[in-house]
Amino acid sequence: MTVTMGEALNRALHDAMATDERVVVFGEDVGRLGGVFRVTDGLTAEFGEERCFDTPLAESGIVGTAVGMAMYGLRPVVEMQFDAFAYPAFEQITSHVAKMRNRTRGLLTLPLVIRIPYGGGIGGVEHHSDSSEAYYTHTPGLTVLTPGTVADAYSMLREAIALEDPVIFLEPKRRYWSKADVELPTRTEPCRTAVIRRHGADATVVAYGSMVDTALEAAAAGTEEGYDLEVVDLRSLAPFDSETVAASVRRTGRAVVVHEASTFGGYGAEVAARLSEECFHYLEAPILRVGGLDVPYPPPMLEEYHLPNVDRILDAVSRLQWDEAPAAAPSGDGLVATRVGRTGP
Amino acid sequence: MLELVPLEEPACLINPDGSPSTAIGLTMPDDGELVGLYRRLVAARRFDRQATTLTRQGRLAVYPSAGGQEACQVGAALALRPQDWMFPTYRDTVAIVTRGVPPVEVLSLLRGEWHCGYDPRHWRTAPQCTPLATQALHGVGLAAAARRSHDDTAVLVFLGDGATSEGDANIALNFAAVFEAPVVFFIQNNQYAISVPLSRQTKSPTLAHRAIGYGLPGYRVDGNDVVAVRAMVARLLDEARAGGGPAVIEAVTYRMEAHTNADDASRYRSPDEAESWVERDPLIRLETYLTDRGLLDQPRRDDIAAAAERFARSVREALSVDVVPDPASLFKYVYEQPTALLLSEAAWLTEEQELPS
Repeated sequence: MTVTMGEALNRALHDAMATDERVVVFGEDVGRLGGVFRVTDGLTAEFGEERCFDTPLAESGIVGTAVGMAMYGLRPVVEMQFDAFAYPAFEQITSHVAKMRNRTRGLLTLPLVIRIPYGGGIGGVEHHSDSSEAYYTHTPGLTVLTPGTVADAYSMLREAIALEDPVIFLEPKRRYWSKADVELPTRTEPCRTAVIRRHGADATVVAYGSMVDTALEAAAAGTEEGYDLEVVDLRSLAPFDSETVAASVRRTGRAVVVHEASTFGGYGAEVAARLSEECFHYLEAPILRVGGLDVPYPPPMLEEYHLPNVDRILDAVSRLQWDEAPAAAPSGDGLVATRVGRTGP
Repeated sequence: MLELVPLEEPACLINPDGSPSTAIGLTMPDDGELVGLYRRLVAARRFDRQATTLTRQGRLAVYPSAGGQEACQVGAALALRPQDWMFPTYRDTVAIVTRGVPPVEVLSLLRGEWHCGYDPRHWRTAPQCTPLATQALHGVGLAAAARRSHDDTAVLVFLGDGATSEGDANIALNFAAVFEAPVVFFIQNNQYAISVPLSRQTKSPTLAHRAIGYGLPGYRVDGNDVVAVRAMVARLLDEARAGGGPAVIEAVTYRMEAHTNADDASRYRSPDEAESWVERDPLIRLETYLTDRGLLDQPRRDDIAAAAERFARSVREALSVDVVPDPASLFKYVYEQPTALLLSEAAWLTEEQELPS
């Protein structure tokens, strides 16, 4: 069955609501309209206004009331219409959603999901294309998930709704229309783990959300240039599955971290720092980041200059000091020296 | 919409001089209840002073006093039924204690031991909220969920005059109105947001008038008349519970003390101003009324004072016990299961603690 990511998300919401009557869906335009991206299409018609409804237009109100509903035993799944429109809810998310379990020593938990379409690449005008993940990953208590495939969109959202912890569920909006052959319902790997999407021996490309497909394209193109790239899809930004990612980097000895968000202070910096700490003796080169420019998100006519793409990923790969590697293999399991002395393309 | 315009004169059942008054829709409770309210007020004031003393002694990190506002907090908390929830702020410790939560648990936050020391679900009392007005939305959400389940639960949200300027206060009023949620917003207008007077918060004739814009009824009550506060909050909670929708109450009162022990009120208000509110003291007026009615004689007064003294001593003793929170507990309640990152930090912290100093 061919489904888009948007349809998979819609089906996940539908199935969660059908399975658990405590699940309620609300936000702006999610009712009769079915959401501006149609992710909630048909839910009000099937489950009624009590289960899927429109709220007044205030994101802080949407998240704040979701907190109260979760306190009373419901499992709210709320939609923020666009990434940058979630900022009015920032205080509720950071001061309450993230902290309620901790504040009450586990006596009050908040099983709720905040869905946020994020990222650019759709020609959106100002405030419609932010990659705001680092704000959330820097907040202890939040689980931050982002699917990169259609099957994951379904499976990870179902899992997110079932978790007892609050989840920031970041949906790569430029992939809403990506298609895949998937039989739904489906269950993929546990949502808080990273998955290797492509095995390769030369370098690890760490990506998430919209950049998973871009990284896979880069890996495919890289073969023509003589690179055998491994692609890791993080899926969960918080918690960070360092075990899977570090194991990959120890095998390949090189890593590039890719995201749409501005590079400075971005999530990639955390990934690079952690991998450096955990894989230092296996590394042939410093870990490089390929991120957006450190500018406010550009207008549509300029966004192509901002966003990472295949060429930029391969350029970073080519800068992984292929010529400068020492001749002697580093200490370790001996699996890391495969590229020593290689001459670049 | 005319019916939404509040009466400017705050409703009052006992005048500042202790003489009885009347207010539309509010009735004087029976004698037993009146004496009970007095007993609670005396205990509340004694508790508040004890907490202030404990702060001076270093037993509490900080204490925002409810001095002068005891009638608001006692009256509002006693208006709740067991199935109702309340959403207090950091200044509402007296209300939470009045609800029955053990003082040593309530003071956990201000003691610096842990953020919320009591079980919110058991006491149907949300954690004391510091970011102003943010908890109002939680109250609205909980009320909406209760209504959806056809439960007999209403919600009382505590706000201050300063908090009414926050976005979340306004969003909460609007969401409550649109959701027809069973919520009563109880605004203690104590005239100051730390140092900033009400005149710098709003151009509304009164805070009760703010309700009109949301299509909600607004009411004013004399916040130093515990009898009127209790009667009004109870009535509006009952109406909300019966499907009458939300309401806003402005309780007009005065913060007799500084914002907290760390504040210096003499920098922004004159002693004369506070002095003028002494004449409207919530305790003295009820005492006068009860004495005039022959419901309170000296032996009974002494009994009540002695009970309050015993209560204060129990608070003092409970707070005098040194507590040493376990650093390992830092990692315990961040997620349902600690993440690999937290486990490694916990192990590292344990190792650090075991190092010889």
